Amino acid sequence: MAAGFKTAEPLEYHRSFLKENCRSDGRELGEFRPTTLNISSISTADGSALVKIGNTTVICGIKAELTMPPSDAPNKGYMVPNVDLPPLCSSKFRPGPPGEQAQAASQFIADVIESSDLINMEELCIEKSKLCWVLYCDIMCLDYDGNLLDACIIVLLAALKNAQLSEVTINKETDLAEVDIQKKKPLKINRLPVGSSFAVFDDSIIIVDPTAEEESLSTALLTVVTDEEDRLCAVHKPGGTSLSGEKLQHCINRAITRNKEISKLVGKYLSICPEVRRAIPAPL
Amino acid sequence: MTLKSASCATRGLCLRTMTELDQSCSVLREYGSEQSLLSKPDGSSTFVQGDTSILAGVYGPAEVKVSKEIYDRATVEVLIQPKMGLPGVRERTREQCVRETCKAALLLTLHPRSSVTVILQVIHDDGSLLSCCLNAACMALMDAGLPMSHLFCSVTCAISKEGQIIIDPTARQEKECRALLTFAIESVECNVLMSSTTGSFSVQELQQCIAISQKASEQIFQFYRDSVKRRYSKIK
Repeated sequence: MAAGFKTAEPLEYHRSFLKENCRSDGRELGEFRPTTLNISSISTADGSALVKIGNTTVICGIKAELTMPPSDAPNKGYMVPNVDLPPLCSSKFRPGPPGEQAQAASQFIADVIESSDLINMEELCIEKSKLCWVLYCDIMCLDYDGNLLDACIIVLLAALKNAQLSEVTINKETDLAEVDIQKKKPLKINRLPVGSSFAVFDDSIIIVDPTAEEESLSTALLTVVTDEEDRLCAVHKPGGTSLSGEKLQHCINRAITRNKEISKLVGKYLSICPEVRRAIPAPL
Repeated sequence: MTLKSASCATRGLCLRTMTELDQSCSVLREYGSEQSLLSKPDGSSTFVQGDTSILAGVYGPAEVKVSKEIYDRATVEVLIQPKMGLPGVRERTREQCVRETCKAALLLTLHPRSSVTVILQVIHDDGSLLSCCLNAACMALMDAGLPMSHLFCSVTCAISKEGQIIIDPTARQEKECRALLTFAIESVECNVLMSSTTGSFSVQELQQCIAISQKASEQIFQFYRDSVKRRYSKIK
C-alpha cells in the first residue's frame, strides 16, 4: 500500500516523513548514507579509487601522460577532469555526447581542483616549456542515486592520493624523455577538499545527502566544499528557491563536520598497507 | 563618473556606495539596459555593465518537443552563445545557473506543456559575465511579459589577494583576485537564489560578500523599477 502511495503522490509520501523529522529510508535530516572506499581498483591506471555513498557508486581512474606545457603557463602541468554519466547508471541518461549534468559536473570538479589548490601544478612540470605531466582524471558513475558531486570529489581525492608517477629525466644528448617505470613516487596533495550536498524541500526543510528521488522532488540543491582548514572552496547553488543567511550558515557548519569525517576515513584507510587495503574496502 | 546623455535606451546611474564594513569599496560600474530592441523574440533586452555587454532574447510560451514537455509546467531552456567559437563546457554550467534561477522566478505552472527559451549572446566580456547574463535574462523576461513571482538580479564579488572585496570586477580584476563569487538575489526578501564561486575563502568573507551583494542588488532593483516606469509612462 505504501508503494502505491509512493508512486501516485511521491511528494506527499516524502512530506509525511519529513513532518516526523526523518526520511523515507530511515535517516535523520542531517545524516549521510554509509560511505565505503576502495583504492587501486583499476590495475592499469596510475591511480584509481571507487566510492559508494549509499547506492551511488562512482569510480575514478587517473592516467598520467607526458606532454608539452601550455604556452600561458610553461612551468606548470595540468589536470583534465571528466565526469561521465553513462546510460548504465540511470534511465534518465541517454547514450550520446555528454549531457548538461555531466558537463556541469566536469566543470564543477575542475573549479574545485583549481579553487582548493589540490596539487601544486609546478610539481607536475618536468622541464619548463618542454615537458610536463598531464593527469587525465576520468570519473565514471556506475550507479546514480543522488549526491553525485560529493562522491566525485571523494573519489578524485582518493585516486590522487593513490596515484604514483614514474620518474622522468631528460637525456641531455638526445633531448628525449626517459621514463623509469621502476622508480615511482606519489603525488603531494596539499589540501583535502570534501563536499556536502543538501536539498531544500518546500522552501524550508533542508536535508543532507539527497537520494535521486529526493533530488527530483526538491526545490533547490546546494553543494558546499570545504577544506581541512575550514575554508570554503565552493558554494554551488545553481538556482532554485532562495536560502536565508542562517540556513546557509547551518549548511556550512554541517559541511565542516563532514569534512572531518571524510578526512579521517581517507587518512586512516590510506595508512593501512596496500595489500591489506586491496582486500578490505573501508566502511565509514 | 559622468552621466552619459540618455538616448532611447534607459541608462542607469553609477552610484558610489561606501559600506560600513571594512575598507571594502563597493562601486557598481556604470550599467544600462535597453528593452524591446529585437522584433522576432517575444521579449528582448541588452544589459551593459561597464564594458561587459549581453543581448538576451526570450521566446515563450511556445511549442515544446514532446520529449522535453512536462505535463504540468513549462520547460525552460537557456542557451548562451559565447562571443567566439561554439558553446563549451563553461557555457553549460552558466546555462544551468541561469536556467535554475529563471525556473525559480517564473510561474511555470501557468503554462503547462509549453516552452520558455532564453537565448543570451555575449557581445563583450569584461568581467562579471554571469551576473550580466542573469540581469539581461531578467529584463528580457519582464519585456516578454512572462508571469514571475519575483524579480532577480545578480552581483559578482571578487576577493583580492590582500583580502579587499571588489564588487562588479573587470576582467583584469577577476584574473588577479583570489576568489570570485557570483550571487543572484531575489527582490522580495533579498535572499540568495543562486551562488557560484571559484577560489577559496573563509566563512566570514562569504557572509560579507553576501551582505555587500544584497546592498548592491537594491540599486539594481530600483533601476529595474525606474526603467519600466519610464518605458510605460511614454505609452499613451
